[in-house]
Amino acid sequence: MAVDQPLILAGTLSEAAGKLLSVVEAVGGFLAILLVVFFIAGRVTGRFEKPLTVVICLGPALVLVIIGLVVPAVTTFVTSLKNQQFLGQRDTKYIGFRNYTFDLTDPSTQGVLIRTLLWLIIVPAAAVFIGLLVALLLDRMKYSSIPKTLIFLPTAISFVGASVIWSYVYNYIDPVQPQTGLLSQIVIALGWRNPPNWLITSPLNTYLEMVIMIWIQAGFAMVVLGAALRAIPDEILEAARMDGASGIRLFRTIQIPMIRNTLVVVVTTVMIITLKVFDIVATLNNGNFNTDVLARLMYGDMFVTSQVSRGSSLAVLLFLFVLPLVIYNVVQLRKERATR
Amino acid sequence: MTSSTPPMVAAPMPEPEATVPLSRTESIKAVRRTFTNPIATAVVVAISVLWTVPTFGLLVNSFRSKESAATTGWWEAFVHPSFGLTTYREVLFDNGGTILPLVNSLAITIPGTIIPIFIASMAAYSLAWVRFKGSDLIFFGLFALQVVPLQMALVPLQRFFVSGAHLGSFTVIPALGLNGTLAEIWISHTMFSMPLAVFLLHNFIAQLPSSLIEAARVDGASHLRIFRSIVLPLSMPAVASFAIFQFLWVWNDLLVAKTFGGTDPSGQPITARLQNLVGNFGAHQELLAPGGFISIVIPLIVFLSLQRFFVRGLLAGSVKG
Repeated sequence: MAVDQPLILAGTLSEAAGKLLSVVEAVGGFLAILLVVFFIAGRVTGRFEKPLTVVICLGPALVLVIIGLVVPAVTTFVTSLKNQQFLGQRDTKYIGFRNYTFDLTDPSTQGVLIRTLLWLIIVPAAAVFIGLLVALLLDRMKYSSIPKTLIFLPTAISFVGASVIWSYVYNYIDPVQPQTGLLSQIVIALGWRNPPNWLITSPLNTYLEMVIMIWIQAGFAMVVLGAALRAIPDEILEAARMDGASGIRLFRTIQIPMIRNTLVVVVTTVMIITLKVFDIVATLNNGNFNTDVLARLMYGDMFVTSQVSRGSSLAVLLFLFVLPLVIYNVVQLRKERATR
Repeated sequence: MTSSTPPMVAAPMPEPEATVPLSRTESIKAVRRTFTNPIATAVVVAISVLWTVPTFGLLVNSFRSKESAATTGWWEAFVHPSFGLTTYREVLFDNGGTILPLVNSLAITIPGTIIPIFIASMAAYSLAWVRFKGSDLIFFGLFALQVVPLQMALVPLQRFFVSGAHLGSFTVIPALGLNGTLAEIWISHTMFSMPLAVFLLHNFIAQLPSSLIEAARVDGASHLRIFRSIVLPLSMPAVASFAIFQFLWVWNDLLVAKTFGGTDPSGQPITARLQNLVGNFGAHQELLAPGGFISIVIPLIVFLSLQRFFVRGLLAGSVKG
């Protein structure tokens, strides 16, 4: 083994070099095409300039979005009305909204829907609350960059990586043995003789998995909200303080209203990310022990248990869950855009 | 980078309430004082510690031997120190190793970040400054598409890459022959990033001073020229913040890579490799910690070196006043 290692390493390195070369080619090629298009289109003037600009600038984005998002969304809706079971099946027929009836009446799927709703409410609320709290406390504080960096670090960690990190916290070992999980160790030290096996005890395990998501998202909320708070002029805060507002009242009457738009954007973003949570649940216990959520179940239905149409109907439900929030955001955006 | 003890912030003595108007610098100081009190400091320190401890545990465990990591908690390492690099050597070089997956991740992430930046900033520019009938509708439509879950697009997109796009028997776009290549993953990531990218960049680009762009128009510059030589350079903060976002997103992605990366393990990114290690039910339990740590080092470096751009670009258009 030890003798072979340099050989294996050399092979790996040449393969790696080949891959990186293809990256350089791809990026270079893309930029070259862009330059040529810009050069040629830049010669066109007069009546055709504006439509041509729109086509060149907007065209690629629209084509990508139509192929990658719009068409799949429509296909998924159509599939959700059929009785397709596995991918590529030919003899399917329309069965109306029967898949939806199943989703809403089947007890275990109902459980998944409710659990997803809990994720959607608890995670954004907790993450934004903690993020806002830290942002408020750190606002105009000295040496704030160190805690900020520490709290923001989890945002850079993949969901899979985060699951690995937290598996060392939630690890369960018989209480008579030395513990390897931090959480068990702490509660035993605090006097709880017989802690449960965290990740298979329902419904506790779902909340513990939410903690991971909150851990990841709080830093994001903190940084964005912190920047919004910093943008409030000092004079306004001082004026409010002179008028007798301080502490919680200052937050409630001056700071929070002034960052309301940012708050809405952050809640929306965290909610959309939470809705798509797949990796954490899939990595930690693959949706077993009553931890399954919509995004995981949908993936399972489509790729593992051959229930394509049912999975599609879940996808549509997922979409409907966040639709109100998106509509609210669009209304806000329209107001902003109209004032410009 | 990862420390369990954030430095204590010295809490100054509370000053008597200010009742007379202060000068500007004094008023800033007064505001600072109100916000720096011992309770606030304690809460911040507590949260920082809570947020750091799990990662710190992973870091400690990654340097411990197989036996000690499997039988005792990482905090024991300070009582009975036994550190080494054998697990790192194993995870990097043995059983296929993680060097190739790391390179794969880079090969996926770099084009997956650069290509969307250009396509999205062009779209954002035209939506903000080359207004036409329906541009509002397109903008809101793009924004709303954020909610389309990735999982929804996987199957239709896979079919598109294999056989092209058809309307009935008419071939709209032929099969591109990209099936199983890296390009498939780049294109997929570009597609999925479009809604957020256009939204963020539009917020920034729309707030550039209109006098600048009008002046360039009067001087006879074409839209494409304005985009290239005025808008793109000025939008660097927004581009940088989106780039960080996209880099982290693509690097940390598991689903797209698993679906389009094929089954060949030599094409796997680091996240897929890590998930295989997790999934092996204890077979390589000792490799998880170093593997996990290796997978987060590069995004952390990227993030820490670019973080000062992060907020400036992200924030445009969402703060009042």
